[in-house]
Amino acid sequence: MPLLGILLDLMVGGYLCGALAALVLGRGVLARWFTALGAMVGAGAGLLLGILDWTEPRPAGGIDIYWLSITLPLVPESIGHISFIAVDTLGAVFLALVGLVGVPVALYGVGYSRAWEGRRSLRPPGTLLNLFLLSMSMVPLAASALAFVLAWELMAITSYLLVMTEADEPETVSAGNWYLGMTQFGLGFILVAFFLLLPADGSGDFTALAKQATTLSPGLKSLVFVLALIGFGSKAGLVPLHVWLPSAHPAAPSHVSALLSGVMIKLGVYGVLLFALRLLGGGPAWWGGLVLTLGAVSALLGVLYALMEHDLKRLLAYHSIENIGIIFIGVGAGLMFLSYGLPALAVLGFVGGLYHTINHACFKGLLFLGAGSVLHATHTRNMEEMGGLIKRMPRTALFFLVGAAAISALPPLNGFVSEWVVFQALVGGASIPKRQVAVLMPIAVAMLALASGLAAACFVKAFGITFLGIARSHEAEEAHEVPVSMQVAMATLALACVVLGAAAYAMVPALGRAVAGLGGLPPASAATVGWSLSLPLSAPGAVGQISPLPMLLGLVLLLAAIPIALWLFRASRALRVSDTWGCGRIAQTPRMQYTATAFAEPLRRIFAALYRPTEDVSIDFHPESRYFVQSIAYRARVVPWFERFLYDPVIARVTSWATRVRAIQSGSLHAYLTYLVAALVILLGLLLMWGS
Amino acid sequence: MPVLKVYLVALAQTTLALILAPGLVGLIRWFKARLQNRSGAPAWQPYLELRKLFAKEVVVSRSASWLFRAVPFVVFASTVAVAFLVPMLAVPLPFDSVGDLLVVVYLLLLGTFFLALAGLDPGSAFGGMGSSREMTVAALSEPTVALAIFALALSAGSTNLGQIVARTMADPATAVSPGYLLAFGALFVVTLAENGRLPVDNPATHLELTMIHEAMILEYSGRYLALIEWAAWLKVLLFFSLLGNLFVPWGVATALTPGALCWAGTTLLAKLVALAVVLAVFETRVAKLRLFRVPELLAVSFVLAVLAITVSFLAR
Repeated sequence: MPLLGILLDLMVGGYLCGALAALVLGRGVLARWFTALGAMVGAGAGLLLGILDWTEPRPAGGIDIYWLSITLPLVPESIGHISFIAVDTLGAVFLALVGLVGVPVALYGVGYSRAWEGRRSLRPPGTLLNLFLLSMSMVPLAASALAFVLAWELMAITSYLLVMTEADEPETVSAGNWYLGMTQFGLGFILVAFFLLLPADGSGDFTALAKQATTLSPGLKSLVFVLALIGFGSKAGLVPLHVWLPSAHPAAPSHVSALLSGVMIKLGVYGVLLFALRLLGGGPAWWGGLVLTLGAVSALLGVLYALMEHDLKRLLAYHSIENIGIIFIGVGAGLMFLSYGLPALAVLGFVGGLYHTINHACFKGLLFLGAGSVLHATHTRNMEEMGGLIKRMPRTALFFLVGAAAISALPPLNGFVSEWVVFQALVGGASIPKRQVAVLMPIAVAMLALASGLAAACFVKAFGITFLGIARSHEAEEAHEVPVSMQVAMATLALACVVLGAAAYAMVPALGRAVAGLGGLPPASAATVGWSLSLPLSAPGAVGQISPLPMLLGLVLLLAAIPIALWLFRASRALRVSDTWGCGRIAQTPRMQYTATAFAEPLRRIFAALYRPTEDVSIDFHPESRYFVQSIAYRARVVPWFERFLYDPVIARVTSWATRVRAIQSGSLHAYLTYLVAALVILLGLLLMWGS
Repeated sequence: MPVLKVYLVALAQTTLALILAPGLVGLIRWFKARLQNRSGAPAWQPYLELRKLFAKEVVVSRSASWLFRAVPFVVFASTVAVAFLVPMLAVPLPFDSVGDLLVVVYLLLLGTFFLALAGLDPGSAFGGMGSSREMTVAALSEPTVALAIFALALSAGSTNLGQIVARTMADPATAVSPGYLLAFGALFVVTLAENGRLPVDNPATHLELTMIHEAMILEYSGRYLALIEWAAWLKVLLFFSLLGNLFVPWGVATALTPGALCWAGTTLLAKLVALAVVLAVFETRVAKLRLFRVPELLAVSFVLAVLAITVSFLAR
């Protein structure tokens, strides 16, 4: 297939040229455009390659386009073989995902990095962005363990450096440390999982690993799965491994946040699917149960913490945890159905998870770009200082609104459609033969529904406080619309949100084909009649149906019909602009508005058992009379459970060990020489003991 | 042309719902007034209110954006769209494949979402208060709704409304099964919460601190208010039709003959009036709950829904 080969070259070439352009040109408008152009060519080619690779019917055994195949010197060939190959349909979906978000993000970077001109060098972020995109594209293309780990690590390092772009802020450094710690922690588990799967000759090709997996005992297989789940779960942001996410994503530049949240954490999902389906070929039901439970808990906790956040980007980061949870609900349900011999339903679960993966990439990418535009215009992430931005930045507001509606699972946008597929899969779960297991499904449904309801509340807050009302600060009053390149980038993703929803009838069968064959899965049995999508449920012949495209057209038609009807029935058309009704007061000030804190207050009280909120109110009274208040400071905090009770003890323990170990490092050369001699003596002693 | 006829029936049903909705709410108000020993306004009072509002000028806040003016249309359009999906007169409707019960629920949430945004737009404290509370109640009632749908889908094997109705008609025993009854109870509580009825919200109140829905739409006037009020009334009628036709489907026409449709219309009216009486009696008997007691009520409905599913599981 020469076309695929050309696209692959174009992808890698594009990214490398973009990186080179950033390095050579350094600054100025040309540097920004060429960096972005390289990335856009690369991402565009990657997108096309992914789509072609994913949708094309292929001969059995796949197409061999070894593009990069290196054998390391000094080690046996079977071990030192690094191969990347575009063969797997599952990987192709994720490759397409990188491209889909990569193109608008690169374009957005042109406008966004203009603010850096003169303040910091454009070389590192431009180069790293291209390399980051390249490494993310290589992860799903990897065909051997070594290749996978190399791409994975390149991705981790470039993303860490990108997070550290604004390292002059102390928060960024702490966020970067968390991220680095968690990602290396995860890598350790991934490496052990790969090692356990390695066949005797050390060949790391995925086919060899899959073959080796069939010979493993069930206990060892489960161990491999759990290790992989921990490793990839820490990248994906599954609770309780999510702690790095809400600090690292806001610290990064906004277009990088969009990539981190939209794409990189999704590769954790890819990793879990790679291990569970492709390498291990499915497993016992409790694997699925574990994934489902973690997913449901992540979905709920993610949105609950998001509600308490007033930093726009942190709020979005917590929503990533929620959506990763929804994705894992689908994946977990799929794994469960697979083990109970319900392949049609299993496909539905995986398709729901994958569909939501793509959709979340679009709307979360869009929302982070929108948040970046707001940050660009107001120089703050604190929602309490915003307000009224819809008048100053109407287009950004519109795009952000589309993203907010999509993430709140409002029909007919894409977020609703994929959550609907996950819901249908869970309803099908009633046909699991074991009743005590089937009971998990309604619980997951309830948690999913609560999470999506709370997400809607949270995005009313996020959009309402940020864009609506009256400006709460001077910066918000002076805000300006962002450059065209940033607007076009957001518009692209907003359009993708609409199209991906309307194209449900095509997406579900296509994603079904992507997982077909893995772990013995059949293609999706979804029937598409016209524009509508029907899914098979538990009972034969019974289906759930939706048609997002007619729904969208119908809504548009109705929207157009109402003004016409009003005109026909001679409704009054008079309109007067006046003050907001004020209950008798004289003037309206921005401080009379509801704040984000106040908006979330009822939910903070209702979920007080989780939040354990603490409130400080300090009132500064007028010196003459206690009936008049000069100022009130109100501060509310919630208990960060995981940081305080899970991570802080671990960190404290590690620190105390490190302090003790430090005693060895006296700084005296004599002591170090003594260590060397002692080590030598011990090694020789061991050699004497075992050498014979 | 049978195809055309089906679409005509769907259109007729939606028109009927739009026409009946103000009357239904007027009837509830009249019943309540009689139960409270007041003479009450006539049941057609809401029609007069609509006529008045459509003739009046709109006053828009200086701080409001374009969104404020778009929201009444979005809310009205999404609610009317739901009217096309809910089986009121006949099954299966031509739009049955466009949206199932989940779509109905989330289309209504779409309206709530935009109304809540509009509440924040003029920058008044009341609007924000209403939005915050409305979204809290809406979010907390979501799990109950989802579980009730789950329970219905378990029995009917589908989330499609037409299929659920057809299934219950074919097998009348399911309608009195404990699972169905519990799901009915759960959905009834949700109906109260989603429509801002007592004990969650008081539709008659104008005391600012107790308002939820009314606080949110405080800034609206004229034709915008008319659209929003009409949509809210339509929502009541749609919830009543769901309760009536999903759990007691008899009378719904399965063939599009004039006789069957007339009978369907008559039974629908009877169900609506019966539910109106139940709601009026209920609202007269209970007092409004404090906002922070509302979650307890929703928790009760959630437990009912969980029980409904457990029973459905055991009954399999």
